[in-house]
Amino acid sequence: MPVSQKIFALLICCFVFVVTVNLVRKRKLREEYSVLWLLTSLLMFVLVLRYEWLVALTGFIGAGLPTTTLFICSIIFLILIAVQFSIKISKLTEQVKDLAQENALLRSDVEHLMRQAPEEQNYGSRKSGS
Amino acid sequence: MALSNMVLIPAYNEASRIAQVVLSIKKICPYLDVVVISDGSSDDTAKIARNIGAVVLSHPFNMGYGVAIQTGYKYALANNYDYLVQLDADGQHDPSCIPALLAPVQSGEADIAIGSRFLGNSYHPPFLRRLGMSLFRLIVSRVTGRQVTDTTSGFQAFNRDVIAFFATDIFPVDYPDADMLIMLHRAGFRMTEVPVRMFENSDGTSMHSGLKPLYYMFKMLLSIGVTLMRNKGKRL
Repeated sequence: MPVSQKIFALLICCFVFVVTVNLVRKRKLREEYSVLWLLTSLLMFVLVLRYEWLVALTGFIGAGLPTTTLFICSIIFLILIAVQFSIKISKLTEQVKDLAQENALLRSDVEHLMRQAPEEQNYGSRKSGS
Repeated sequence: MALSNMVLIPAYNEASRIAQVVLSIKKICPYLDVVVISDGSSDDTAKIARNIGAVVLSHPFNMGYGVAIQTGYKYALANNYDYLVQLDADGQHDPSCIPALLAPVQSGEADIAIGSRFLGNSYHPPFLRRLGMSLFRLIVSRVTGRQVTDTTSGFQAFNRDVIAFFATDIFPVDYPDADMLIMLHRAGFRMTEVPVRMFENSDGTSMHSGLKPLYYMFKMLLSIGVTLMRNKGKRL
C-alpha cells in the first residue's frame, strides 16, 4: 500500500473517530449510535497500520486487492448502520402509534370531564343558593 | 351488573356517511354504545359523530385502519366493555346484521364472530382480488383446520378476552386480516363465521388500490410466515 494511501486512510479513520466522539460529547449523537461508527474507524485504522492483516483478510475472503477489502468493510458497515436505523425506526413508529392512541384516549377523557364540569358547577351553585 | 356492549367505527374523512351509519346503528341496536375513531380526519367526521351522540376519539394524524381499530380496543378495555362489534364507516356493512354477529359471542359459543360476505351470499369480487382472497382463505383454513370463507372481513364481534389480546403490541396494525386470524387460532380463541350482508362501496374507492394490493400480498405472506414461526402467544 503506497504511503500516501496509508496516510489518507489513517486520516479518514482519525477524522471519523474524533467527529463521532465529539458529537457524543456535545450530546448530538447518542452513545448507542456511536458504537458502529467508532468500531469501524478503529477496525480500519488497525487494518491500515497492520497491512499484513489486511492482506491476510483479503486472501481469506478471496478479494483481488487489499483496498477492495477496505471497500467491502465499509459497505458492510453501511448496511449494518442502515439495518440499525430500520430497527430503530420500527420501534419509533410503534412508540408514535402508542402515543397517538394514548393522546386520543386522554383527549376523550378530558372532553368528557369538561362536559361534566359545567353541570357540577350548576349543581354546586344551586346548592349554595338554597 | 348488566353486560356492556360497544360498536366501534373507524373513520377517515367520512363526514358524508358517518351520520347515516351511526343513526342506523342507534335505531337497530339502541343498547350499543357507539364509539367512532376519527383517524386524523380533516373534515367534520368527528364533529358530526359527536353531535349525534357517539363517543369520538380523534387521532392527531392519520395512522391507518389497524391503528384506529386498536385505539378502539384500548378504549373498550379501559372502559370495561364486555363485547365489541366493529364495522366500517363507509356504509358497506349492514347494521341489521349486528345482533346475529353478537349472538354466538354473547352465548359463549365463540370468542370472535367474523361476518362473512360469502356465506349464503353471492359476492363477486374482481378476478385478482378473488385470487388473493382464495389464497389467504386456503392458508388460513389449512392452518386453523377449519373452513374460513372471508379472511378480509372488517365486520366482526368479539368478547373481552379478545379485546384484551388485541390491545397489546401483538396486534398487527398494518392490515390486520389473515395473519390476525391465525394469531387468534394459535392463542386458543374460538372463531365462528356468521353470514352478513355487505353493500358495494358507494363511491368505489377502497383501501386496496394502486400498488397497495402487491404490498398487501407481500406483507400478509411475510406476516403469516413469521406468525407461524413465533411462540403461540397467550390469552391474557
